[in-house]
Amino acid sequence: MVSYIFRRVLSTLPVMGIVALFVFSLLYIAPGDPAAVIAGDQASPADVERIRQGLGLDRPFLVQFGTWVWQILHGNLGTSIFTNMPVSAMIAQRIEPTLSLMAITLVLTILVAVPLGVVAAWKAGSWVDRTIMAFAVFAFSLPVFVVGYVLAFVFSLQFEWLPVQGYTPLAAGLWPWLQNLILPALALGTVYIALIARITRASMLEVLQQDYVRTARAKGLDTRNILFVHALKNAAVPIVTVIGIGIALLIGGAVVTESVFAIPGLGRLTIDAILRRDYPVIQGIVLLFSFLYVIVNLLVDVTYTLVDPRIRY
Amino acid sequence: MDRRTVLKGLAGVGSLAATGGLSMPALSQGAAARTLKFVPQANLANFDPIWGTQYVVRNAAALVWDTLYGLDATLQPQRQMVESEQVSDDGLVWTFRLRPGLKFHDGAPVLAKDVVASLTRWSARDPMGLMIKAIQNELTAVDDKTIKWSLKAPYPKMLLALGKNSTPCAFIMPERIAQTDPFKQIPEYIGSGPMKFAKGEWVPGAKAVFEKFADYTPRQEKASWLAGGKQMLVDRIEWVVIPDPATAAAALQNGEVDWWESPITDLVPSLRKNRNINVDIADPLGNIGSFRMNHLHPPFNDVKARRAVLAALSQEDYMRALVGDDTALWKPLPGFFTPDTPLYTEEGGEILKGKRDLAMAKKLLAESGYSGQPVTCVVAQDQPITKAQGDVTADLLKQMGMNVDFVATDWGTVGSRRAQKTPPGQGGWQVFHTWHAGADCINPAAYNAIRGTGDKAWFGWPTSEPVEKEVLAWFAAKNLDEEKSAVKRLNKAALDDVVYAPTGFFLSYTAWRKNISGIAKGPLPFFWGVSKSA
Repeated sequence: MVSYIFRRVLSTLPVMGIVALFVFSLLYIAPGDPAAVIAGDQASPADVERIRQGLGLDRPFLVQFGTWVWQILHGNLGTSIFTNMPVSAMIAQRIEPTLSLMAITLVLTILVAVPLGVVAAWKAGSWVDRTIMAFAVFAFSLPVFVVGYVLAFVFSLQFEWLPVQGYTPLAAGLWPWLQNLILPALALGTVYIALIARITRASMLEVLQQDYVRTARAKGLDTRNILFVHALKNAAVPIVTVIGIGIALLIGGAVVTESVFAIPGLGRLTIDAILRRDYPVIQGIVLLFSFLYVIVNLLVDVTYTLVDPRIRY
Repeated sequence: MDRRTVLKGLAGVGSLAATGGLSMPALSQGAAARTLKFVPQANLANFDPIWGTQYVVRNAAALVWDTLYGLDATLQPQRQMVESEQVSDDGLVWTFRLRPGLKFHDGAPVLAKDVVASLTRWSARDPMGLMIKAIQNELTAVDDKTIKWSLKAPYPKMLLALGKNSTPCAFIMPERIAQTDPFKQIPEYIGSGPMKFAKGEWVPGAKAVFEKFADYTPRQEKASWLAGGKQMLVDRIEWVVIPDPATAAAALQNGEVDWWESPITDLVPSLRKNRNINVDIADPLGNIGSFRMNHLHPPFNDVKARRAVLAALSQEDYMRALVGDDTALWKPLPGFFTPDTPLYTEEGGEILKGKRDLAMAKKLLAESGYSGQPVTCVVAQDQPITKAQGDVTADLLKQMGMNVDFVATDWGTVGSRRAQKTPPGQGGWQVFHTWHAGADCINPAAYNAIRGTGDKAWFGWPTSEPVEKEVLAWFAAKNLDEEKSAVKRLNKAALDDVVYAPTGFFLSYTAWRKNISGIAKGPLPFFWGVSKSA
């Protein structure tokens, strides 16, 4: 197992290299010019050109790419064209809100979606199953920003229970931290809950038809034990897979959620950087997300061995 | 149902909700009352007001850096850091003396050498600064408090140049910072203005914090725009960037923020229904919409094609697309200068008045030799003002019989593409849209967009000798009457040559909670004199 993990971690290096080349090339050929954005609307074309030269954007592709790779090999993600701050410092400023949002969403999703899916499978064909699946279809169809606005209207403006926007660091206390994350996590998690609930139901339905479940029932095991201890464990592999894939969805969804709830996370930083053509920041974030995704996939693979002893690496 | 409808509906219903205090920041009542939370019109992504000339940078910089002169609400430059000035009889030597007690935020006194370095950097970037630099003999520090600027020719608009609020303003920085290449960013944000920049709390794209500078010595006169005593009545100003307008509206209604600089017009009716919120015109100088044509390539290299656009263009269509049905927010503009300012004129503007003449437009277009080639109209979809204008233009050009190549893109791409002089089929363009702050269009001083200097002109590169002749006449004018005459002729010349097509004059709102007082109307948010009650 240890050698497997080591090999998988090593295999991330070429993946990251390909991602780096791809992202850099894409940004190089994409239209847009950070110098024009910096110079502002009143600047003359000559001013824009001077700023471009000052930023080194007039240099050949290979020179720019080589400089960037050299910096990365030295642990330096570069400096933002706009803020003049190190990209790593900007990411450090923004990573806590995003990870917090993803963590709360993930916990919320698992706590809600898995039991819903299990119950739907258990009561397959009944009104309970139909209600849960109707909710899943409905939730799956809702754009994140609509859910966000509705939640903000109800819980912030009507009931005045929670703030509309912003983020409070965990260091300021658990409740202040949670207070700012509940609505965004609910908004972001709605689609994800629907997805996991449906997958859980499908996977459980298959397992519940197995002979050993019938045997367990015949032996007099109580339903809760059958569902959550025996059946769920055997149905877990596809669920864990989808949770892993869903983390990519969370990253994408965080971009919208952070904008709607004005959370200063990596999603908003990404959007701002793209709109301004802040190339070093875009490259740094994409590299980070690629790395995170590779690690999540690794964790998913490792989790398989925990839920299914037949799987060995 | 689209996103905008959802957003509008929710904000509308939300406005009826009573405001509550649950989500207030965890500050004591006194501290909360001394902290002003402000939602700016854009993200403060960089903080060098000479290097980056976006308005949001200028607005933040006005808190941190001071200027030698400041434009007041009557559009006159008044002394700010300067105690006195002298100009020689021949107009060639200007001598400025700094007022006592000026200090930078690091405790160092403001010296003449700081002013010299700052003006040197500013004059390398600013259009008026460049004009002064072109006739400069020398700029020197005579002693710690005295600066001498000697010129080869008189420059009557010197005080306006040093005090104007169009970007880049002539902000004064410590010499070591001001010696930075004007095309590179400064490394420190030390000024001598009424607020210090809390760099450690800066989260670009999310938050910027300014703290009261205890050693700031305001002038004794009453504050008026960038002039007079900049008395700070709050200890801390937090700029909270909220990219989503519905969220910003909800945050204002909920009391999470105090002042929203630029609410979108769709949300203003709902904000007005909230008893705790004031809404008013932000800047009486407003904005001028611009339909910019490329003078280098057909069909708009022919003045007849450009005049065809003026003949058919309905400013009402543009303005309604921009600001909706609120007629208090716009007016037609048969010219290029800001309405209700001393130099405003409609000279030569007949072509933009009255019933729109599509038949005349088609005739002019045919005479220009246009024969159906694609006209590339580059439209930024992420800026509501450019998107609305672009949609109207696409319809207008089609009605005129043009073959429109509508390029829907983002502002970053427009910013890059509009600098391309190549033909439209090779990455260039024929039409883009923007808008100009009315404060920049009160006279020709900072009005790049009206210049007709050809290759050196603003994007579109119009060439117009009559325009340039009148711009120079305005700079040389010795009194207001001479200025008015020059601008009248300039307006006519710019319309005759169609330097660009003005799409109308429009205003925007600002909104704040009723426990905030002292907000002044003006071309930028002025924080001095603004107070907050608990």
